[in-house]
Amino acid sequence: MTALGQLTPRRRITDRVMRIVLAIGTAIALIPLIAVIYYLLSKGLGAWSIDLFTKDPTGNFLGDQGGIKSALLGTIEMVALASAIAIPFGWGVALYLVEYGRKGRFASTVRYFVDVMTGVPSIVFGLFVYATLVLSGWGGSSFSGWKGSVALALLMLPVVTRSAEVVLLLVPDALREAALALGTPRWRVTLRVVLPTALPGLVTGSLLAVARAAGETAPLLFTAAAVNGTTFNLGERMNSLPVQIYNDVQSPSDALVQRAWGSALALVTLILLTTLVARLASRRSRLS
Amino acid sequence: MATTSPDVRRGGRSILERSPAARRADPLFRGILTGLAGLILVLIAFFFVFLINKAEPALSHQGVFSFLFTNDWNPSKAIYGAWPLVAGTLLTAFIALLIGVPVAVAAALFITELAPRRVRGPLVILVELLAAVPSVVYGLWGFFVLIPKLKPAEQWFADTFSFLPLVGGNVAGPNYFIAGLILAIMILPIVSAISREVISTVPADLKEASLALGATRWEMIRMAVLPYSRSGITGAAMLGLGRAIGETIAVTLVIGNSPVLGKQIFDQGYTLAAVIASEFGEAANDRVHAGALIAAGLVLFILTLLINAMARALVRRAENKGTNVKAVPGGLG
Repeated sequence: MTALGQLTPRRRITDRVMRIVLAIGTAIALIPLIAVIYYLLSKGLGAWSIDLFTKDPTGNFLGDQGGIKSALLGTIEMVALASAIAIPFGWGVALYLVEYGRKGRFASTVRYFVDVMTGVPSIVFGLFVYATLVLSGWGGSSFSGWKGSVALALLMLPVVTRSAEVVLLLVPDALREAALALGTPRWRVTLRVVLPTALPGLVTGSLLAVARAAGETAPLLFTAAAVNGTTFNLGERMNSLPVQIYNDVQSPSDALVQRAWGSALALVTLILLTTLVARLASRRSRLS
Repeated sequence: MATTSPDVRRGGRSILERSPAARRADPLFRGILTGLAGLILVLIAFFFVFLINKAEPALSHQGVFSFLFTNDWNPSKAIYGAWPLVAGTLLTAFIALLIGVPVAVAAALFITELAPRRVRGPLVILVELLAAVPSVVYGLWGFFVLIPKLKPAEQWFADTFSFLPLVGGNVAGPNYFIAGLILAIMILPIVSAISREVISTVPADLKEASLALGATRWEMIRMAVLPYSRSGITGAAMLGLGRAIGETIAVTLVIGNSPVLGKQIFDQGYTLAAVIASEFGEAANDRVHAGALIAAGLVLFILTLLINAMARALVRRAENKGTNVKAVPGGLG
């Protein structure tokens, strides 16, 4: 770079203008957020009522449409099962990568594919579960809650693994070496020293994956499908908030559209609460 | 002189030695974790084999090349030429990048280089909040708010700029442009977050050097920050492209789901992802139709894998470049 010489008025104006342009760009980025929140609150809050949360959808063509109880519970159940699959699996893979694999060729391959998996569209996971488990009618019924959970778990897995790996890498090696020097076997070092130290960070990453899974429609659309009634049997068709919203949006009835706004506000609230808990968990971390 | 050894022996082995059971625990633990890691590779391989297998009826019926490039999607006549879907996917993704990337990069530059320190944190959180809104909610908002509110503006644009390619004629409510706009909003947080990461790896001494030579802030950005982080920002844009291509529900709700290829960006259209979401119900009992949808999914899968692999390589290279150069501590920040 050569010296730039005198600060001419032209250069000063360019600087001003470009600063303003960048600030305007940032403002534009925030417009959709404000607009979405505004409409969610103004249309969604009006649709909230006790009935919305305590009644199942009726599926009637006319008259009372009912609420979203089954969808809310279905989302919670399926996301819970998906987390029960994806979180231990993802933590296990991350532990392998950090504690054993490190920079080996196998570990690098796994790491690479986990990275690549984060970019696979959610509908492909849904399609995969549809092709393997639903079309073949595995486990009796074709569409069922647990199949939705499997699709969600596949979606969560790379997110959980990547975030866990980042946190585990922050655990200082001195801690591992101290434990090993005391004669602790490797597996106990991993489970009793590394894992507890990294726990708050692991929880944060996993909860963010949970929040992402809770909002996904595409993988559930053709794995768990939709149903009106509440069920606690994961072997049956199961309703979920995103699918309920998707179906309501496409209906011509004003009452259903209103319910869609109410459900959307409920879904976003659920996701934001999960995100908030995730952030609070990370405050307890003593790493980094 | 065996003086100490009898004292530390217990059942014929040193007390420092682990019992046979304890010795097996370590390899076992390692084995389990390695197995989990290996399972990921198996899963992805299984994905490929299974999707190809299930897509085969349609691909052999139509032929791979003809599936991708025939401009005729007509399941009722068992014609599966996916070009209208492929073109729709590419067009909406292109619109999304055109709108989304400049805004995302501007936000990233503003936040890292210009914004006062106090507002950086809140701005970062606000931009990331965009990622917390689920696809279906963007779809709902796009369908009931964006489509009706933007229609007059779109019509004005179509009439005024009808000399541009792909612009002009009557504006349909749901169309490619609206889908692209929604996608632009949805890729904003990831493109912005990764650009910010890359930009923050620009060594402080490079920036300081340009300021010391008398550069203004903007000149510093243009001459030090941007050239240094160009490949990383390209990677970020490509990750956004991967997202935009695979995004389903929001697009399905605002693109109109018309299998006829539109003539301009304000026509109704279809994308690969949208066709899967809206036709799987009718395809359940038709092996060829289901195969065609799975083939569409396979195309998405391969496309996103390739794009992401390239994007990751770019971003990683950019970040490593940043960390290899020793930054001056307590620099500009």
